[in-house]
Amino acid sequence: MSDAPLLSVRDLSKRYGARVGCEDISFDLWPGEVLAIVGESGSGKTTLLNCVSTRLQPSSGAVSYRMRDGVLRDLAELGEAERRFLMRTDWGFVHQNPADGLRMRVSAGANVGERLMAIGERHYGRLRETATDWLGRVEIAEDRIDDRPVAFSGGMRQRLQVARNLVTKPRLVFMDEPTGGLDVSVQARLLDLLRSLVSELGLSVIIVTHDLAVARLLSQRMIVMKGGRVVESGLTDRVLDDPHHAYTQLLVASIPES
Amino acid sequence: MSSSAKPLLSVRGVQKSFTMHLRGETRLDVVDDVSFDLAPGECVVLGGPSGVGKSSILRMIYGNYAVDDGEILVREGDGGFADLAGGDPRLVIRLRRDVIGYVSQFLRAVPRVGALDVVAEPLLSRGIDRDEARERARALLRRLNLPEALHELPPATFSGGEKQRVNIARGFITDHPILLLDEPTASLDAENRDIVCEMIEAKTSAGTAILGIFHDEVVRERIATRTIDVTAFSARRAAA
Amino acid sequence: MSATTPTYAFAYLDEQTKRMIRRAILKAITIPGYQVPFASREMPMPYGWGTGGVQVTASIIGPNDVLKVIDQGADDTTNAVSIRAFFERTAGVATTTRTTEATIVQTRHRVPETPLAEGQTIVFQVPIPEPLRFLEPRETETRVMHALEEYGLMHVKLYEDIARHGHIATTYAYPVKVEGRYVMDPSPIPKFDNPKMHRSPALQLFGAGREKRIYAVPPYTEVVSLDFEDHPFRIQSFDRPCALCGADDVYLDEVVTDDRGGRMFVCSDTDHCEDRRAKGFTGEQVHQEAAE
Repeated sequence: MSDAPLLSVRDLSKRYGARVGCEDISFDLWPGEVLAIVGESGSGKTTLLNCVSTRLQPSSGAVSYRMRDGVLRDLAELGEAERRFLMRTDWGFVHQNPADGLRMRVSAGANVGERLMAIGERHYGRLRETATDWLGRVEIAEDRIDDRPVAFSGGMRQRLQVARNLVTKPRLVFMDEPTGGLDVSVQARLLDLLRSLVSELGLSVIIVTHDLAVARLLSQRMIVMKGGRVVESGLTDRVLDDPHHAYTQLLVASIPES
Repeated sequence: MSSSAKPLLSVRGVQKSFTMHLRGETRLDVVDDVSFDLAPGECVVLGGPSGVGKSSILRMIYGNYAVDDGEILVREGDGGFADLAGGDPRLVIRLRRDVIGYVSQFLRAVPRVGALDVVAEPLLSRGIDRDEARERARALLRRLNLPEALHELPPATFSGGEKQRVNIARGFITDHPILLLDEPTASLDAENRDIVCEMIEAKTSAGTAILGIFHDEVVRERIATRTIDVTAFSARRAAA
Repeated sequence: MSATTPTYAFAYLDEQTKRMIRRAILKAITIPGYQVPFASREMPMPYGWGTGGVQVTASIIGPNDVLKVIDQGADDTTNAVSIRAFFERTAGVATTTRTTEATIVQTRHRVPETPLAEGQTIVFQVPIPEPLRFLEPRETETRVMHALEEYGLMHVKLYEDIARHGHIATTYAYPVKVEGRYVMDPSPIPKFDNPKMHRSPALQLFGAGREKRIYAVPPYTEVVSLDFEDHPFRIQSFDRPCALCGADDVYLDEVVTDDRGGRMFVCSDTDHCEDRRAKGFTGEQVHQEAAE
């Protein structure tokens, strides 16, 4: 872990008129770190994720990111071209619904290759090779490379979405409930895959989840949100094993012991 | 403070309580003014009846429980002391990687990860080559008599004793200067308990400082270089 | 029918409209390959019949121009005949079927085989001007993609072709990059004609009436067909020459000759074929007829 944060969020707020999306959020994320944002639906965690990932414009506050050249940049000051380039090279975004993150009408191979083609790869053979390699890494059989995601199961779609994001070797990946909507056994497989990819590639991750087991398994640090605000944050196992805020205690008390 | 060596760990005036917001704000005081040092090569046993706060002390030193008040100073590789009672997550993560090992009472099994990889993982996170890490993990599991057939299987389906041996191997595989042990021998048979005692003795003679909880009197007698009676720190006694 | 019908403005459109369209054309010429929006008018013909091309032609044509209109290479199909008649009637201009004699060629789906020359203008009728729409249906998004030169998606389409067919199977409306900047749909011409657009001495204008877009390739502009390094762009090739004129370097149409499965391959460019035959070139079909 480096001493300089990769991402810094300061006093971030998002209001929809009088309604609060999220309010006064500040945190840092360091290279190689997985941060979980937990809370129930409506707690503002997805709003926060979207603001941090520049998919949504915050009402106030700042998000800065250390670019590949080492310079910390205020993301609000990036030009549109630069912002979009960042999003499809150095960042990834894994959506809860794979259909939001995949092109459902093009083959698995093209889904994986798209980011590479976007940055100028013009060799079909190499694209094929890279796509095959990545399908293998996310445990999708090589002979499914020309199939469209519509023919895939939910778990496979989600793994394909992961591969599509990681192919440009991003340093930061945002995940919005990546295991939501999957069967328990499928969830476990995806989580295990994410866990090993994250440690293998040294990824920094901000993951939004309502599932504390997911947070425990993947993250080192967590933020607990309620009503748009952070009510508790800290080392993941400390927050889960010694919760301080009433709301965190309620969350922890709501999961059966295993 | 029986040891004259420079301590690896210095616990100063530590206080811990739980406030149960869902139980009408009930406050549960656990320990108060916990103070002791731990030096290299020591095996210090926390003593006292169950519920007196022994596990809580271990968990605070591991950063797993927050500290209300006091200091937990840990010596780092550069010789300086870091106070992990402040609860800075990144400091705790660093100390866990480099300084403090922990064997919990129960293994928290990760789904789909085989026993060998569970044990090798702490070495991988310290940058050791995968093959070497797995080899060392295998040797340790053999020593603890875990049947070879189980090595590649996820421990979720193992018996209590098998799980515990995986857990011990995971804690002992690294050369952390401080090792915290929470009842590591509780579900072991006599033979394996002896092996664990040998492993503890090997660690302390190599200079590792061990702080542990052992209910088994035989084990305690054999390995303890010093016992700290936690009753002295019990907040309930103080409150009564 | 050859006299101008007096109730119409010259070439049907009123002068204000023509000026508006000319401004769009000028803008299109200055930004090669960029789709310029324009206030497309209702024309006295249905969409799909070339309303975009007709409006472009109407805006640039003058009394001294000589107009040629082709549809799939032929001067004598319904669409070509109707549009030619339209301009004969509303502008009273001279028309021709000879590529070399025309100052303006309006076309649907072909570029003439006879190379165009400096001073000539070719007007393409365009059904769908947006090449990115295949994979990105949102117009707001495709505009941003053009603005930021994000053209990875075009290669996704070509990749899909190769993955499914073993080669790039797109045979018409094959996407091109213009002057190293904008990706452009060349209209549904066969990819056989793509190389003719590259550094052509003629001005090339594109009109999409329903979609209200005009774009242009000025003379001597780079027009490069997209491809992969290991799957380079190739034009169609035919394994036989034209049955009528014997040409072997042209785009051929398959013509069914009877109801017993008889067929022949002939030049799609009727003017080119007639010209060659007038010069004495003959093909297999002619030989057979002579033999019978």
